[in-house]
Amino acid sequence: MADKIYFYPVNAFFVEKIIKKEKPDGVLLAFGGQTALNAGVELEKKGILEKYNVKVLGTQVETIENTEDRDLFKKKLTEISLKTPKSMSVSSVEESISAAKKLGYPVMVRIAYALGGLGSGVCYSEEELTDRGRKAFSFAPQILVEEYLEGWKEVEYEVVRDSYNNCITVCNMENFDPMGIHTGESIVVAPSQTLTNSEYHKLRDISIRLIRHLGIVGECNVQFALDSKSEDYRIIEVNARLSRSSALASKATGYPLAFIAAKLALGYSLTELQNQITKKTMACFEPALDYIVVKIPRWDLQKFRRVKKEIGTEMKSVGEIMAIGRKFEEVLQKAIRMLNIGMNGITVNDISLNNLENELKNPTDQRVFAVAEAIKKGFSIEKIYELSKIDKWFLYKIKNIVETEEQVKSYKPDTIPKDLVLEAKQNGFSDVQVAKLLDTDELSIRSLRKDMGILPSVKQIDTLAGEFPAKTNYLYLTYNGSEDDVRFKQEKQVVVLGGGAYRIGSSVEFDWCCVNTVIALREMGHSTIMINYNPETVSTDYDTCDKLYFDELTYERVTDIYEKENPLGIIISVGGQIPNNLAMRFHDTNIKVLGTSPVSIDNAEDRHKFSKLLDELGIEQPEWKELTNIEEAKQFANKAGYPMLIRPSYVLSGAAMSVVFNEHDMEEFLLKASEVNKEHPVVISKFIMGAKEIEVDAVANKGEILVYAISEHVENAGVHSGDATMALPPQKTYHETIRKIKRIAREVAEHLKITGPFNIQFLAKENRVKVIECNLRASRSFPFVSKVFKTNFIELATKAIMGERVEKVDKSHFELDYVGVKAPQFSFSRLKGADPTLSVEMASTGEVACIGNDVREAFLLSLLSVGFKVPKKSILLSTGPIEDKAYLLKSVKKLKEIGYKLYATKGTADFLKENDVDTEVLYWPLEEKKPNVVDSIKDGKIDMVVNIPKSFEKEELTNDYLIRRAAVDFDVPLLTNLQNTRLLINALSEKKLEEIEVKSWDEFV
Amino acid sequence: MQKRAKVKLVLEDGSIFHGFSFGAEKSAAGEVVFNTGMVGYPESMTDPSYKGQILVLTYPLIGNYGVPKDEKEDGLLKYFESDKIQAQALIVSDYSKEHNHWNASRSLSDWMKEFDVPGIYGIDTRELTKKLREKGTMLGKVVYDDNDIELEDPNKRNLVSEVSIKEPITYNKEGDKRIVLVDCGAKNNIIRSLVKRNCCVIRVPWDYDFHSLEFDGVLVSNGPGDPKMCKETINNIKRCIEKDIPTFGICLGNQLLALAAGADTYKLKYGHRSQNQPCVEVGTKKCYITSQNHGFAADTKTLPDEWEPWFVNLNDDTNEGIRHKTKPFFSIQFHPEHFPGPVDTNFLFDKFIGVIR
Repeated sequence: MADKIYFYPVNAFFVEKIIKKEKPDGVLLAFGGQTALNAGVELEKKGILEKYNVKVLGTQVETIENTEDRDLFKKKLTEISLKTPKSMSVSSVEESISAAKKLGYPVMVRIAYALGGLGSGVCYSEEELTDRGRKAFSFAPQILVEEYLEGWKEVEYEVVRDSYNNCITVCNMENFDPMGIHTGESIVVAPSQTLTNSEYHKLRDISIRLIRHLGIVGECNVQFALDSKSEDYRIIEVNARLSRSSALASKATGYPLAFIAAKLALGYSLTELQNQITKKTMACFEPALDYIVVKIPRWDLQKFRRVKKEIGTEMKSVGEIMAIGRKFEEVLQKAIRMLNIGMNGITVNDISLNNLENELKNPTDQRVFAVAEAIKKGFSIEKIYELSKIDKWFLYKIKNIVETEEQVKSYKPDTIPKDLVLEAKQNGFSDVQVAKLLDTDELSIRSLRKDMGILPSVKQIDTLAGEFPAKTNYLYLTYNGSEDDVRFKQEKQVVVLGGGAYRIGSSVEFDWCCVNTVIALREMGHSTIMINYNPETVSTDYDTCDKLYFDELTYERVTDIYEKENPLGIIISVGGQIPNNLAMRFHDTNIKVLGTSPVSIDNAEDRHKFSKLLDELGIEQPEWKELTNIEEAKQFANKAGYPMLIRPSYVLSGAAMSVVFNEHDMEEFLLKASEVNKEHPVVISKFIMGAKEIEVDAVANKGEILVYAISEHVENAGVHSGDATMALPPQKTYHETIRKIKRIAREVAEHLKITGPFNIQFLAKENRVKVIECNLRASRSFPFVSKVFKTNFIELATKAIMGERVEKVDKSHFELDYVGVKAPQFSFSRLKGADPTLSVEMASTGEVACIGNDVREAFLLSLLSVGFKVPKKSILLSTGPIEDKAYLLKSVKKLKEIGYKLYATKGTADFLKENDVDTEVLYWPLEEKKPNVVDSIKDGKIDMVVNIPKSFEKEELTNDYLIRRAAVDFDVPLLTNLQNTRLLINALSEKKLEEIEVKSWDEFV
Repeated sequence: MQKRAKVKLVLEDGSIFHGFSFGAEKSAAGEVVFNTGMVGYPESMTDPSYKGQILVLTYPLIGNYGVPKDEKEDGLLKYFESDKIQAQALIVSDYSKEHNHWNASRSLSDWMKEFDVPGIYGIDTRELTKKLREKGTMLGKVVYDDNDIELEDPNKRNLVSEVSIKEPITYNKEGDKRIVLVDCGAKNNIIRSLVKRNCCVIRVPWDYDFHSLEFDGVLVSNGPGDPKMCKETINNIKRCIEKDIPTFGICLGNQLLALAAGADTYKLKYGHRSQNQPCVEVGTKKCYITSQNHGFAADTKTLPDEWEPWFVNLNDDTNEGIRHKTKPFFSIQFHPEHFPGPVDTNFLFDKFIGVIR
């Protein structure tokens, strides 16, 4: 890894400070996505790189600008007679309307320098264009209005060029969803499936001519629209950097794009670099695949209140998965299971789609299921194509799956012929799917097919389709094969299960845990087997472990691999909840789970068992009950007292968890949003107002704690722990509370005989400590605490799990002279309509961590890292109920002192005036009077919005919602949490960015 | 479950692969070779260099975009590399019964029926490919419904004579440079590439004594089988060298030029059949991604002093082209006319035309 690491915002301001301090010779801009690219362009434009004599390695800034600025881009392409969509670049709403008149509606609106197509979209009318245009111009000075290529195929090429002008295309990819749906939102296959040789190589040749003309050195991604009725094409976009697509292409082909691009940036030629898979042939070639991969995005739209469910030209997905196989039917069904959204495949699901025609035409995240449903309902392929514009080839393949389903259904377990079972498996049916169709259980099908001799084959990804032997074990399983590519005789093997798709609640943190587990195992002399299928991760790099199975994390697939490999056991405690959930099934079928016993895991996961344990140990927990009807729920709530936290086990719509303040709200939530009955009980627990939330992350060995870290949330309880800002070491927690927490953690570890990582969440109020949750696995915060403490918790956990001797970590180690703060990254601007508030349901899509000399510095840095901009002049205050207004009074006075102009809504203004703080009053958005809050935000008069919601969870069109949404849509920093706001104001009044001295990670001692 | 006719592939080492039938319902024998290209089955299957061979495609999903129509342009089929399917049989993993493409006129299976060529799907083509890689190219046969036939080694026949034209044909008579194309099994796109550059192409049979004609340069085409079978062609090329006639060879043409120059050729273990072969221009860091289809190669070590290797394969160091140090004789082992494959080396036609007077 890097020699020095700086935990600072990736922007020109802080990068300059680091350049000034470190005096590097060169800088790489293409590896950190759009954020790094934007910072690099700004550094160059400001002359900072020149001033400090820093050379840009690889693709130069001028080239980057030629790809990012739509006008320059078009000009460059026209120079070599390449086609782009007909378009006009405009800088005002009026100009965009006249451009659209010339091009004809519908038109596509695009924004320069935009991450994930932010703000882009199709407009069918002048009204829509006006609305979108106004929002867009708050982000960008220039937008593009262009012809809308409805129904064209969307195809991408990943192209590499060295400084000797050698060019290769590593991979091409075809979108299942045609133009109009962002490639990040599309189902994608690699290689392309419906392109002829002529089309494939025509676009390939154009990609190469383009990359040469632009002068890219390293890697870039070219996106094409290809007419489905001729060879006509348009170049949509070039990303002169490594992108999400390049990560996918690397995994799809086994060609390590980032590694090669880095070498090329240093001046190597492609002919000098080795093919990392064969270790015999060279990197200057184009991978030949002998399999197909499919990528499907993972959305979590149900986590957001009010969000628009349609998918389109902007990215809303939060992760993706990739499946590998040898038939499209097979990969599609595998991929759908990998999403881990409760679907068994493309078919055999509990799903009801109301309006199939509408779903096919105006897709949501459910469209692919709608295709299968439509086929079952007798829609013709022609009709589905007309509605969806999905190439008929893909539709025929889905039809094959539906036909297999029909055939299987007509048999019984004892009558189904072997050929049909094999055909079903080859078409991607899981044992669960077959079992449901035959009305039996998964294990019966497993033994039935094994008796028939139907087993998957292990195949290797070798970049050359078998032409040369591969030296690496990048593997997948398929039923479309008759021989295993590898031998299974390795000893001392350990399987590590990964975390699956990035989604809300499970992201790169678990990947860090998996990778560190593998590193620790290898150091201990074990041979490692990784199973995971997320193309964005390091754990799925074929050289991270000894054997990578890029495959499903289902009981069926893991067991298939286990039976072939015969390892020492499986580690399930570092990949998050997916592997953790398999614990008892492994236990029941004699599959060895390493570390904490599955029985203990079950005792912690099962609410009743865990509650009983806490009672036995005399540990407090919030009062709770599992109930099966609404009347009982009301009675319990009245007895325990509102507010209550409700968790239904079956959710109809909207968020799964909610806090309710009275009987009316509870009734409404339980009736509308969920189903409550014997099969679907609801868990209701006492919600404690004004409590602090504290977490302990720890590692134990045979029930004895080896190392632990206690972190506190900045926000009071009521904010999901994944959305909370975390400070380590704790800053405002009483010693008495900390002592109690330590004691509880010790007792729980001892009683559950924990060996490995675990995490407990606590509520604390006035030194009373209650346990709210316990997970006997690594938590989301393991990398954070490991980095702040500079102690690798996972390494210790792995040693404990493998039965190595491990010393307890000395407690004096924790007397830190610095503070780490972890802050959530939200993506509300991309989730149209979503209410940007914090709640008990997690909504953040990522996180950052910064280290500072004190909590205020670390907090400010972490906010800047997630895109917060320090307000220049004016702040709007709308600070909720009276007690919250009072809570913030001192802070507001500080804002006034440091010279901010304050705007406020009526109530807040009145309160402040009584307390000698003058503000300018703005009317509520629904009042329809001027000056109005939303207009002021739109007009750019406000640099920061503080809007504290009056109560939790109300899902209606309120003034507060409109204010919050306007802030997000017009890119104005927004704060909605009291404790957060106070800490920020304290930081702002105390810290000047200019004065913050940058320190590398190792300089914090 | 639909009834699928059973068919098997039997290799000379006795291994048997069971699959299902598509295309013509018959048995066929030949030399089993694999191609790793991911697109271009209509182009590959009509490439005369596959004469006598059973073609295994390593890309598993085949037939997706059907087969294009029989449209003609300049007297040549626009979308194919010769007038018929040349391969003996086709072996794939997953045949797509349903196809979809604006330019398709029939399915792959129907097209193969037209030319009486059998196919097998449902075979583990990766396992088969690995076997061919390890043991080398083998003879094999497709056995349809127990209609057993004998194995047959096509390399013992003069395959070139089977695929070459019988009488000369001239294309683009008005062209400003006159090129003799020695047809050893020439792909249509060689002719198209020359015609596009406004050459008059005089396509002659492989053993034709073209020195009596009036022309500016000679292009020796690709073709199937062992180059040493083409004694007449080698003699004709020798005369070109003696007379300093600009001569360009492609694929088999490279091997024939090497033999004419006095060097030797040999059979590769399993050949190069793909669209991703990296070829470095000797003495430079320039590398081209090329389309290839050959089982024999020129032996660089045996090149006479006045000749030099021009291109070399970056993966296995085999010869990819030779040239005379001072005179306009040069040839390449790969396919600058592509179809299928990358178009990167198409400029070599310009180079050839550039050296003609």
